[in-house]
Amino acid sequence: MSAHGEAVATPAEAVGRPTPSRRVKDLAFRVALLGCIGLAFLMLGVLLWDVVSDGIDRLNFDFITSFASTSADQAGIEGALMGTIWLMGVCAFFIIPVGVATAIYLEEYADNTRWYNRLIEVNIQNLAAVPSIVYGILGLAFLVRGPLSLGPVVLAGGLTLGLLVLPVVIIAGREAIRAVPPSIREGSMALGATQWQTIWRQVLPAAIPGIATGVILALSRAIGETAPLIVIGTPVFVAFNPDGLDSSFTAMPIQIFDWISRPSNDVNNYLPLAAAGILLLMIVLLCMNAVAIWLRNRYEQKW
Amino acid sequence: MEAASTAQTRRGAEAISLRAPRRRWGEALIKGLLVLAAIISVLTTTGIVVSLLEETINFFQEVPIGDYLFGTEWTPLFNPPSYGVLPLVLATFIISLIGMAVAIPLGLGAAIYLSEYARPAVRKTVKPILELLAGVPTIVFGYFALTFFTPEILRGLFGNEVQIFNGLSAGIIVGFLIIPTIASISEDAMTAVPAALREGAFGLGGSKLQVTLRVVFPAALSGIVASIVLGLSRAVGETMVVLIAAGQQPQWGANVFKPMETMTTFIGATGKGDISTGSLEYKTIFAVGMTLFVITLIMNLFSIRFVRKYRQVYE
Repeated sequence: MSAHGEAVATPAEAVGRPTPSRRVKDLAFRVALLGCIGLAFLMLGVLLWDVVSDGIDRLNFDFITSFASTSADQAGIEGALMGTIWLMGVCAFFIIPVGVATAIYLEEYADNTRWYNRLIEVNIQNLAAVPSIVYGILGLAFLVRGPLSLGPVVLAGGLTLGLLVLPVVIIAGREAIRAVPPSIREGSMALGATQWQTIWRQVLPAAIPGIATGVILALSRAIGETAPLIVIGTPVFVAFNPDGLDSSFTAMPIQIFDWISRPSNDVNNYLPLAAAGILLLMIVLLCMNAVAIWLRNRYEQKW
Repeated sequence: MEAASTAQTRRGAEAISLRAPRRRWGEALIKGLLVLAAIISVLTTTGIVVSLLEETINFFQEVPIGDYLFGTEWTPLFNPPSYGVLPLVLATFIISLIGMAVAIPLGLGAAIYLSEYARPAVRKTVKPILELLAGVPTIVFGYFALTFFTPEILRGLFGNEVQIFNGLSAGIIVGFLIIPTIASISEDAMTAVPAALREGAFGLGGSKLQVTLRVVFPAALSGIVASIVLGLSRAVGETMVVLIAAGQQPQWGANVFKPMETMTTFIGATGKGDISTGSLEYKTIFAVGMTLFVITLIMNLFSIRFVRKYRQVYE
């Protein structure tokens, strides 16, 4: 701070050296700012410590290979884990084509001065901030009951989560496509390629790392979402693995929520189960994020 | 290729470049498919509005709209039931305000530090950790609020007057949850302020503190406001933390040591049970959902407007 002050203060009497009180104020402000970050990190640290110390004893192979049970000693997360894997599969299958296609349309084709393209854009920005529970209501009214009447099955759950995280993929996809320099497109067009050939063979391959990162981020948001699954009526007690799109299922966050909200006592204490479930969920999340970071570093192109 | 080369020998190079391109139906078809994908997002919004509106209208055929909007008693399961939504709205706003009281200073402090004070190396390590905080599922925060924050911290500070389900714990934890939202958007806005403004202020003899607070902060204000409004919108729509930590008893009052039921809590807790389609209970989910959607929609549009404003000025 003082370096700036001295560097510009040629006529010392005109600007003056920083007075002691000014220095104290500067220092106090800097300490306050550091305190803000420190407090946020401290909270995160305590949270992680709390979950690890509560759940580490229960997180073992038996936990992953046992089904739901009323007896806390024997309960495990297998059904919910498989349910979550199915959900993520459906979700990815939906968001990758639709999200990427929307991103391509908005970046490569859409004329920004047209009102309907601006409408699509504002619409996506707003969808990104609609509370997740509202998507649950949408899923309940259109997918589970109402027009499609699928019931609370894998397909309905996966699509509900897909609609919820679609804006994440679109926004990340657009940024990745925008980062490909126009000269690449112009070169391709000048060689006689059509617009779609240019996009398919030049722009998309160059944008894939960014798109993949966006997809992983979207899935890592979907995997922890609980509220929409509660609202569509996802069953809690499922002692089997889903075997198809029309199969009943439960998911990890739902199972964790159930363990948290059950009355625990000395005989059946479900809270360590909840903590172990949270740990498993966070480990999966951490792996997904690690892949995203690796992708970003490995394939990042500087133009 | 072959066709092009024969044409070239016949008519010369200029003739080819001037010829109208052949209509390519494949290209048009692909563009059509892309438009369809883009329309899905518009249909999502339409679907949300239609589904909410339909059942909300049905709801208001059974419950007078005035009783709903201005009633102060929310007892849908009692006999006779009462459907005054104000306790849910009040609880939502009290918890959100507690959250904002935590998130605004901490989030803005983090943003100012990252944008104005941190060395690049520090920034590179601090930002991913903040992103990690943003990536933790909200159910984890709920668990933390119920099993650690309320019993260990709040009861330690205020004694057993604090009930195990209470609004204060939920509010504070929701605040921590939205720190990354406020910090990252505000930091973007402050980073976007041109260096020339800072240099000019330093040249006039301003200290770092003065430059930060009197030049950079006001210049980035629209982005900062946008981040706060978006954070508030997230707090209002947050479900799992309040569902787990704040309990499910409606309260027409502001006692934050006692349980509070928010709009999202009601939707979540009611949706959990197996309710039959078309029942009044089913319709209440949609009426409360509509209220929540309208409140967050207004805040989101407001925030999108402000973000666009700062982008226009400096980018």
